[in-house]
Amino acid sequence: MADTFQLQVATPERLVVDEQVTEAEVPGQNGYLGILPGHAPLMTALNPGVLTYQGGGGPHVLAIMGGFAEISENHVRVLADGAETPEEIQIDRARRQLEEASHKLHDAKDPAEVEIAMRALQQAQARIDATGRSSSSLSAR
Amino acid sequence: MPSLIDIRRRIRSVKNTQQITKAMKMVSAAKLRRAQERALASRPYANMMARVLANLAAASQNNESVSDLPLLQSREEKRIQLIVVSSDRGLAGAFNSNLLRMVQRFIEEHRGAEIQVETIGRKARDYFRKRNYNVTGEHIGAVERPSYELAREIGDKLIRLYRNSEVDAVYIASNHFKNVMSPNLVLSKILPVEMPEAEKQQDNNPPQALDYIFEQPVEELLRALLPRYVEMEIYRTMLESNSAEHAARMTAMDTATNNAGDVIQNLTLNMNRVRQASITREIIEIVSGAAALS
Repeated sequence: MADTFQLQVATPERLVVDEQVTEAEVPGQNGYLGILPGHAPLMTALNPGVLTYQGGGGPHVLAIMGGFAEISENHVRVLADGAETPEEIQIDRARRQLEEASHKLHDAKDPAEVEIAMRALQQAQARIDATGRSSSSLSAR
Repeated sequence: MPSLIDIRRRIRSVKNTQQITKAMKMVSAAKLRRAQERALASRPYANMMARVLANLAAASQNNESVSDLPLLQSREEKRIQLIVVSSDRGLAGAFNSNLLRMVQRFIEEHRGAEIQVETIGRKARDYFRKRNYNVTGEHIGAVERPSYELAREIGDKLIRLYRNSEVDAVYIASNHFKNVMSPNLVLSKILPVEMPEAEKQQDNNPPQALDYIFEQPVEELLRALLPRYVEMEIYRTMLESNSAEHAARMTAMDTATNNAGDVIQNLTLNMNRVRQASITREIIEIVSGAAALS
């Protein structure tokens, strides 16, 4: 069995990642999913969260804004609504966003509003987590 | 007969125009390249989306809760929503007029239905406004830098209209980029969504449907995926139209530059002829004057 698999992460605007990796973790809707080579075919919706993978140049982190993942025959395809590398994330903005979203969640009246606020909150949290994870993984080495 | 000075002035003016058309052609070429890069960058997502959708379609055959999804159900088309993607600016040859002619024909073919139009691009807006169509929304300045954000906004709105049965079908009309010389007019239905056929393998290999584990029920995945699919279609159409627009403008400006060259050549010929004629006339006058004296 191959010891790597192909990971592709694409957003509507660009292909973010396309490389051979040894392991990956994606933010599935029912919880984080660890993927190793030879994983069974699977399809899942993704929540906003942090995607990590072990590629050629060590561990990598991406903030994902929700989407889908399809696992098949040593090929993982992630359809992300948005994907940002830690370098692209403006942490101050993400913090502000988080604060705004939690206010909105607090004031939300109907379920639709709650859902929108919830999503914004998760996205902001994903950005913050991604920057946190990448700096901690760098300092650990 | 125009005077020499008039012709010279004409030549200068045509030369100026030629310079402008030449510059516009080069600008369009650069913009075309950028538009194509953007279109290319969106392709992986579109391909992966098509694949996932085909797999879901294969997995959901004879699944009633899937065929009950509102976005997949077709109804009698009594109210039709049209999205027309034109350009903001003119000087692109027949780019907009061909598109609008096609849309007009479509509207005439669907006389029985009530039609409302959402316009992307200034040219389409002007056209439908002038003819008093029911314009549900207009987006100007959007085609130059197509953003997924806008596609999502429009997609949301359409899906809401469709779910609430306020419209029975949604069509999108635009130019697609085929090659630089010939843009391709496309009018396609985006709602109700027609599920792509499961990928067909070559002859004797029966299609191997992978036995997927679905973390969420198939209909739930589809419910989340189908809106994305619609948004992506709109986004892709905007990108295609943008490429086609620049290609059309480039060709139009190339022709204009060549035509200006022809005009200059003719005028120069004319000018020389006029000049020659006046010189000849002067010589005749001098000679005949001298002859009269002697």
